[in-house]
Amino acid sequence: MNDLSAAFTSAVALITNLDAELLAIIGLSLRVSLSAVALAALIGLPLGAAVALSSFPGRGVVVALLNALMGLPPVVVGLLIYLLLSRAGPLGEFGILFTPAAMVIAQTILVAPIIAALTRQVVFDLHAEYDEQLRSLQIGWWHALATLLWEGRYSLLTALLAGFGRASAEVGAVMIVGGNINHVTRVMTTTIALETSKGNLSLALGLGFVLIALIVAVNAAALALQKFAQRAHG
Amino acid sequence: MAYVQSAVPSRSIFPLDLRNVCYSKAGQSLITDITVTLQARGRTIVMGPNGAGKSLLMRLCHGLIRPSAGQVNWSSEQRHAQAMVFQTPVLLRRSAIKNVEFALRATGARARDRRELAEAALQQAGIAHLAHRQARVLSGGEKQKLALARAWSIRPQILFLDEPTAHLDPSAVYAIEQMIKSIDEQGTKIVMSTHDLSQAQRLADEVLFLHQGKLVEHAAALVFFEQPHTPAAQAFVNGELYWE
Repeated sequence: MNDLSAAFTSAVALITNLDAELLAIIGLSLRVSLSAVALAALIGLPLGAAVALSSFPGRGVVVALLNALMGLPPVVVGLLIYLLLSRAGPLGEFGILFTPAAMVIAQTILVAPIIAALTRQVVFDLHAEYDEQLRSLQIGWWHALATLLWEGRYSLLTALLAGFGRASAEVGAVMIVGGNINHVTRVMTTTIALETSKGNLSLALGLGFVLIALIVAVNAAALALQKFAQRAHG
Repeated sequence: MAYVQSAVPSRSIFPLDLRNVCYSKAGQSLITDITVTLQARGRTIVMGPNGAGKSLLMRLCHGLIRPSAGQVNWSSEQRHAQAMVFQTPVLLRRSAIKNVEFALRATGARARDRRELAEAALQQAGIAHLAHRQARVLSGGEKQKLALARAWSIRPQILFLDEPTAHLDPSAVYAIEQMIKSIDEQGTKIVMSTHDLSQAQRLADEVLFLHQGKLVEHAAALVFFEQPHTPAAQAFVNGELYWE
């Protein structure tokens, strides 16, 4: 119990003293996760909207697949990316294994299906409401897609946040493709795992607090934005 | 206010010719063998009790749904010559004026003309003062005026109105009716559905009366209201229930 309270106190001290190592790890974590979410948004938003607006044979299978991919096991994704990027792999020549770029790729693959699946649902619901009006105005398919994405912008923020939550809390894939190298690819989650195994609970706890605070803050901001949007736009 | 030319060059799309139009869904016949020709002038009111097929007929004419059988023919094909206002207005999450500009952009109107055309449409609807208010927080009557302004902004040759005053209070109904008359006077053909008899009497030049998906009467308004021919129309005009 004393060890635990000592670890807790020292974790708080690390945060309040703005410990340089802690800040570096937080900084890298945010860069990797935000980059992954941005890339996943570029893929997932148009993909989800396109599936919502299209009708083609096998659409149900695509929707089921998108939903299933939300539960992709991170370690499996990590392993596949590892195999692709390793020296003997097809993309080995780029030499990005054990770099933040590899971690971004892995997280993008994990997050894109989440954003795509949630986007599909949002846009599908909006399409039911707007379809006749857009067709009456003779709005083309691409214009309709862009319009519905814009109309659903506040709901889609939730999809992006879900993606950010997944990316920032992810450990398996980034551990495999990043290698958890100190000052290079060590992020909050991999540090927590490592420091816990070493018995260094203060840094692990400190990062745990920051990680939770970050996710709570981001979600609170999103909720506030949605409430503001509801009041302002109806 | 400067006169702004229509965004769409006009070549008449009239007459609108429906030939043996049928529409079925899930094995149920909802529109049965409707043949009618609509000319460019005169306000056409589509009447009938709930479930008669008024909204379906409007959507078939406007091209939002395809007939199961028969043909809907316009004398010429022209983009943006038609517009429709729905019973529940569907407005975008943006300001009133940007809703109108959205419709104008789809017609290919030049960017510098869009604002002027949109302002003219809002002026016409009497809601110029609401131009920069968010569309979806407007009152029901204001929303419907905006929907009407948006539809009219592209200067369509024909405007379909699907029970546009169904949920509005009397003052809003009056304002919408005045706007419909004004749009008609400016040369846009009005085809409007309603089950409100007194509103039909105020607005109609001709009446299409539907009953159970069939067009049972097509007559000049005076003739229809004075001497309806079919038992279904007689019962409707007299405010009675009618079973077949």
